[in-house]
Amino acid sequence: MINLAFNVYNQQNKARGGRMKLVFRGGLVVLCGLYLVAAIAGCAPKKESCSKPPLATISAWHWMTDREPAFRELAKKYEEKTCVKVNFELYAPSDAYTQKVRAAAQGANLPDIFGILGEKRDFASFIKAGFISDLTQDMAQGSPAWKERFFPKALAVNEFTAGNSYGVSPGVYGVPIDIMTIQMVYNKDLFKQMGLDPEKPPQTFDELLAIGRKIKEAGLQGMVSGWGELWMIDCLASNYAFNIMGRDKVIATIKGEVPYTDPDWIKVFDLFRQMQESGVLYQGIVTMVNKTAEQLFANSKAVFAFNGSWCVNVYKGMNPNLSYAAMLPPKVSDRFPMAIWGGAGSSFMVNAKSPNKAEAIKFLLWLTEKEQQAYLAQATRNLPANKEALEDIPTILSQFADDMEATTHPSTWGVSEFPAVIEAFSKRIQSIVIGERTPEEVAKEIQSIKERELAKKKR
Amino acid sequence: MRIKSKSILENYLFVLPAILIFAIFYIYPFLKVFQLGLYEWDGIMPTKQFMGLGNFKEIFFQDKIWWESMRNAGWITFIALTLQNAVAFLLAWACDREMKLKNFYRVIFFIPPVLSEVVVGLVWQWILDGNYGLLNGWLVQMGFPQLVRHWLSDPRTALNCVALVHCWKGFGWGFLIFLAGLQTIPRELYEAARVDGANAWSSFKSITIPLMIPVAVTVAILTVLGTMQAFVLIIAMTGGGPAYHTQVPVLRILASMRGSSRFGYACAQGISFGVILVAISFIQYRLSKART
Repeated sequence: MINLAFNVYNQQNKARGGRMKLVFRGGLVVLCGLYLVAAIAGCAPKKESCSKPPLATISAWHWMTDREPAFRELAKKYEEKTCVKVNFELYAPSDAYTQKVRAAAQGANLPDIFGILGEKRDFASFIKAGFISDLTQDMAQGSPAWKERFFPKALAVNEFTAGNSYGVSPGVYGVPIDIMTIQMVYNKDLFKQMGLDPEKPPQTFDELLAIGRKIKEAGLQGMVSGWGELWMIDCLASNYAFNIMGRDKVIATIKGEVPYTDPDWIKVFDLFRQMQESGVLYQGIVTMVNKTAEQLFANSKAVFAFNGSWCVNVYKGMNPNLSYAAMLPPKVSDRFPMAIWGGAGSSFMVNAKSPNKAEAIKFLLWLTEKEQQAYLAQATRNLPANKEALEDIPTILSQFADDMEATTHPSTWGVSEFPAVIEAFSKRIQSIVIGERTPEEVAKEIQSIKERELAKKKR
Repeated sequence: MRIKSKSILENYLFVLPAILIFAIFYIYPFLKVFQLGLYEWDGIMPTKQFMGLGNFKEIFFQDKIWWESMRNAGWITFIALTLQNAVAFLLAWACDREMKLKNFYRVIFFIPPVLSEVVVGLVWQWILDGNYGLLNGWLVQMGFPQLVRHWLSDPRTALNCVALVHCWKGFGWGFLIFLAGLQTIPRELYEAARVDGANAWSSFKSITIPLMIPVAVTVAILTVLGTMQAFVLIIAMTGGGPAYHTQVPVLRILASMRGSSRFGYACAQGISFGVILVAISFIQYRLSKART
């Protein structure tokens, strides 16, 4: 019995030993194979990578949630190429970002690269306080010069010309990363539903009003926009002001040389009454935030939207099948061309007190090269600031880009309206839309605030 | 003598940390904000322009929108003082009595105050939306289509809607304090009144109300302070619009700071508003003292 058991054990052991040998041989073959693969891979062209510790670390603050992954990807590429690490830090929403940058400026904690949100006046204050580098010399370098890469209007937003009213030395103080235009978009399917040609958007204000009446008849809703956030009302009103009275008269009004009670301004205010009465405007637009407006338009709940070119990315995320096209706000007059707000969408500035100033400028130079700009445009569906990177953008985005010639921006006007007047301007247009005030009453109220501010300035 | 002065020194040493914390985190910021209120400053430039009391003068004599916002906040506060506190008191009184599921109700009534103001504001914004809102849908279903409106963008209803949502959100605090107050009233008083032949109304009028006045004063002061400073809910619901119809003082301070970059003016508004609130609370306190 014992012998039998011993024999069985011996046989099992032999079989196990044979299996072990097989496993060992198999393992050896696999190892040799791996070695060969590694050796062949070693002979392949070496990918650029930085194995050393970073030569410098640049910090960059921004507020652009949608662009964060693309910025990080580009930072990784840049580090591989140059061994300079770029840390992008996102602080959103934009209000919180604005406060953070101001607080950091007071505490001398600004990062190497940052953006400024707000009026040109705020930009000027940052420069005068010595927080922002003058990039004029850097922009002139290279062949062609760095500044030649950009759309002139994108650069103009970051530029202070000689004799500007802000008291800033002339020069370029920011690097445009992308550009935008703010105009109208319309839903092609809803146009068809109303029996309109989806390829023929309204060209004149009267045509727009006629469509407004059709919208009412069809039981649809008109134009959505973030008019609860005020600046978008200001934007559309100033578009029409340029069309009705021309740039010079608008600037003269800001300078205090033309009153808001001028008949041309009353005509501008009256357009909002007409839009409301005809059905062009969405009911409840006056308290609407732009995010809600974007949701409504993306879900075909509104025929028109007044929005910036960034909406292409937003609508794509909300409803990839949305069929829409961009159009200029229909003109009221033929006396002057219709102007829309546009130019630099977002820009980066370099901290004048940064020890990494030179590296920060080099990074921005690289970021605005054609390849990186094309990548940003593809990844974020924003219009690139580099002219050459416009080649491969989606059709709808190119419609926004086509109207770049019609753009203007308060930052390029050389003068700024008083904030109290800007607020009253937008709030009182809301009053017209809700039917609580007439255009004449609104004009008087805005003018009285303007006079109060002018008197205060004189004191 | 030496022992006495040593003891005084020891006492001061014990209160020193508290005094330091109070001075650093309360007195200094208050004085600093007051000081900034005397300047025209954009919050960026290292230089400031001294204005004296110019900012305060502008607030009190020229800034009509500021006073419109005070009036709006005053109206919301009036609704809160009356409707919100009346509901809070009645519910607390009901929960103080012997009733089924009273602990469940206590939890339910305290849910709105612990919810995020932004979330509450957005949810109510959807409910009150003029085009796709639930309220309008219900009104149509119930056969009242004539009542359908754009609740938050109609100047006739926007402020009242905000005030009612604020009451819904805030009544739980009053409920809790009133309930605690009601529970401190000795039960023997009610039993004695019942023995003397008092009915429920008489007991309520002669025992509950007089004994609850100090609690009501506390709730009223807290309601005034909380409601006058409300803004998160309003930002989420209307953003202060349409036009200036739901603007409140804190929104004006934010507008001065962010929209206009007038940090000095915003500081002056903050100080003025604080002084007004302290004055209102003081008057309330004196009035309640005089009554009791």
